[in-house]
Amino acid sequence: MGDLAPGMRVRTRTADPDGHTRLPRYARGAVGVLVEQAGVHPLADDRARGRAGTPQPVWHVRFAAADLFGSGDHTVTVELWADYLTPIEEPA
Amino acid sequence: MSADHTSSVISARVRHVEALLESRGLLDEGEIDGRIDEFLAGGTPANGARITARAWVDPGFRERLLADANAAIREVGLSMAGGLQEQRLKVVANTADEHNVVVCTLCSCYPIALLGPSPGWYKSEAYRSRVVRDPRGVLREFGLELPERTRISVWDASAESRYMVVPRRPEGTEGLSEEQLAALVTRKGLIGTAAV
Repeated sequence: MGDLAPGMRVRTRTADPDGHTRLPRYARGAVGVLVEQAGVHPLADDRARGRAGTPQPVWHVRFAAADLFGSGDHTVTVELWADYLTPIEEPA
Repeated sequence: MSADHTSSVISARVRHVEALLESRGLLDEGEIDGRIDEFLAGGTPANGARITARAWVDPGFRERLLADANAAIREVGLSMAGGLQEQRLKVVANTADEHNVVVCTLCSCYPIALLGPSPGWYKSEAYRSRVVRDPRGVLREFGLELPERTRISVWDASAESRYMVVPRRPEGTEGLSEEQLAALVTRKGLIGTAAV
């Protein structure tokens, strides 16, 4: 999960889990930028499976529409649990 | 995506659990309905309109609202703590350069305390699936034609926060009172599918 901070570029998980998830299909495997943290909450995927879930940071992650859909000049900001996100190593 | 929940397996389970809790005396009959009624009672778009009007006349309030909406709305006597736990509120403001619009693509998350029950179109699959892909086209269908140079930011309420948009203050409203300004604000304006 790593240490996440505003401005960081992240890639979202690509796996399609069995059962409930709050990572929308259109935002899977996409690269976005962390905008700000939106609190700390147990992972929705765990709660939907009847598990308590360890609270973890939730982030507003901003994506360029072109990166999600191949077109569009708008942005889409999605609220995602840290578990869905992997920081991208920036080239030096 | 989930659609209608009323006939789902989970609904049947919830009703069954509810009946068990009632039969064992852990829950009074109708207690859950009562709590839901209580939760909905104060919810109306007039709350969102009041917040918006205050943000228009008080730049300091606007700044606090955008930085920490949960704290700021207490200044006007409102709160996101009406449910079982306080929900985080994220307020975003439209400018000449940027227009914001809110959707919940996964279900129908919505700030009921500030806007009341959500409109039918907000829960429709058409709105939920299309506004993230083509917001400019969807807003045009709502009768909102934005200038080409206005950037559009779509917010997907995919987790625990709830969102509200502060529309731009219409021109020529300098002489209006805060109350008169609040009367200009519509539910669609607070979701981002209308200008005000």
